[in-house]
Amino acid sequence: MQSTFEFEQAPPISVPYRFFLGGPPFAVAAGLLLAWMGPAALVSRWNPQLLALVHLLTIGFMLQIMAGALLQVLPVAAGASVPRSLWLAVVSQAGLVCGAVLLVTGFALGSALNFKLAIPVLGASVAVYVLFCGFALARTKAQGGTVLALRIAVPSLVPTVVFGGLLASVFGWGRQLPLMELLGAHVAWAFLGWGLILVMGVSYLVVPMFQLTPAYRPRLATALPLLSLLFLVGWTVLDLLDRAPALRMLLALMEAGVVTAFAVATLVLQRQRRRKQDDVTLRFWRTGMIALLAVVALALADLFTTDPVIQETLEILLGVLLIVGVFMSLINGMLYKIVPFLNWLHLQRVVSPVPNMKRMLDEKAMSGQFRMHLASLVCVALAVFLPWLAIPAGLLLAGSALWLEWNLAGAVLLFRRLARGPGVSLATVRPVSR
Amino acid sequence: MDHLTAPLAAHHKACDEEFAIAEEAVANGDWGRASTLVPSFTQALETHFGVEEEHLFPAFEASTGMTGGPTRMMRMEHMQMRTLMADLAAALAARDRDEFLGCAETLLLLMQQHNMKEENILYPMCDQALAGHAKALGPVIASGLAVEA
Repeated sequence: MQSTFEFEQAPPISVPYRFFLGGPPFAVAAGLLLAWMGPAALVSRWNPQLLALVHLLTIGFMLQIMAGALLQVLPVAAGASVPRSLWLAVVSQAGLVCGAVLLVTGFALGSALNFKLAIPVLGASVAVYVLFCGFALARTKAQGGTVLALRIAVPSLVPTVVFGGLLASVFGWGRQLPLMELLGAHVAWAFLGWGLILVMGVSYLVVPMFQLTPAYRPRLATALPLLSLLFLVGWTVLDLLDRAPALRMLLALMEAGVVTAFAVATLVLQRQRRRKQDDVTLRFWRTGMIALLAVVALALADLFTTDPVIQETLEILLGVLLIVGVFMSLINGMLYKIVPFLNWLHLQRVVSPVPNMKRMLDEKAMSGQFRMHLASLVCVALAVFLPWLAIPAGLLLAGSALWLEWNLAGAVLLFRRLARGPGVSLATVRPVSR
Repeated sequence: MDHLTAPLAAHHKACDEEFAIAEEAVANGDWGRASTLVPSFTQALETHFGVEEEHLFPAFEASTGMTGGPTRMMRMEHMQMRTLMADLAAALAARDRDEFLGCAETLLLLMQQHNMKEENILYPMCDQALAGHAKALGPVIASGLAVEA
């Protein structure tokens, strides 16, 4: 009986906001690290400082913000509210932030101790997060592509962290493990499992909602995450056992098809939108989808290349496009819709009249930051070929992330000022539905 | 297809369509068209709320005994949307394009997440709880929606 009431229970606004404000500083740090590393930054994917940079972006920025956004999305998407969401937010965010810092400093300083500490901290915080969200997702009666995608994406964090933990144990305890295979599995579950399937599930909801596009076809919406799961399981097992190279290749080609189908479907739906106005979120979204198509092309080229030098270049470029081009673009675009809306939603029970969404965040500031993000993406990608560009690329990346933080902080401060006056904890402002 | 609430879900789409053309008219500065399209949209939305509040929700509440749950939440969101519709009307009267588009953006997101909750959660619950009343209630819903169609 209780579960039927759950879709009322949006979390307190401080739950998503603490994650949203916590993410961009990591991207600022990543940009500064890139600039500091300079021309040597993007030469080898095994450079420990580059691995530090990658984890600043993947755990510090991506995972942190995605984890926070999911806590907000679950009640609307699945009618599944996460139990004790404020407690979960505080604990899991603290763990993610500490774990990210430990892991990154482990890579950057070559400190075995930091790896030894990062493994349990990240492992425990992700475990708690998956357990609580999994509980909500297991109980919901809602069906459809989004719930299916979320049910695959959230547990995908487990193999991501397990394989990542094994890799870190190589650095922490000097264990002898098959590095390449573990790395392949870690990266696949992180980006194609958690990352991309979560993006699919969220896209099914928000692409039609933001721009009034037709819905994704139900069969496509369920097939994409299921086929992705098939690829992840099949490919991981075969790769770790070093079996059936032909079947592995076939699975990889299928996954390339899945990702292409998702990106193309999204771009086509957006072209068919009923709402003709362009906005900054749409521009971020299109950038992300075009980058995703480029990622597929690079992955295919990588698959059919035997020259290790070309492979390394392709893989670094692929990483840049995937992290900065796909995920940072989509996350950035989403934040610019979610934050003004949450401000409005939570304020309209406390004050009257409430400024509309467009007054919560300045459109010119968002557009300007979008252009800077695009410039940083182009510059970081070019720096793979023109190493001297790494310094301006890093500064642009840091600048764009700083601008994002500034814009978000402005909206959050406005919320605070309107809600209770200065100095009031966001945690005390409960959602409208209570 | 034969679900009791199918016409309501379809009517959501019709309201979306009216929203899009009304918003477009204001965005293009076509206040003449907007002066008929905006009231037409808000009227359609009001009709939708009316059918739910006067027929569907009371039937669901009577059948399940749940008066403080999802239907209360939906009624509350209807009120929030009514406030925004009033803001739209005021911005239309003042020919304040920025204010109108800001309110429209807010209303759209509120409306969409509201529809999603209804279509994914409440309507299936209603279809289940009111399966025995579909013959009586179905025509009432259809005719209620047809008033403004």
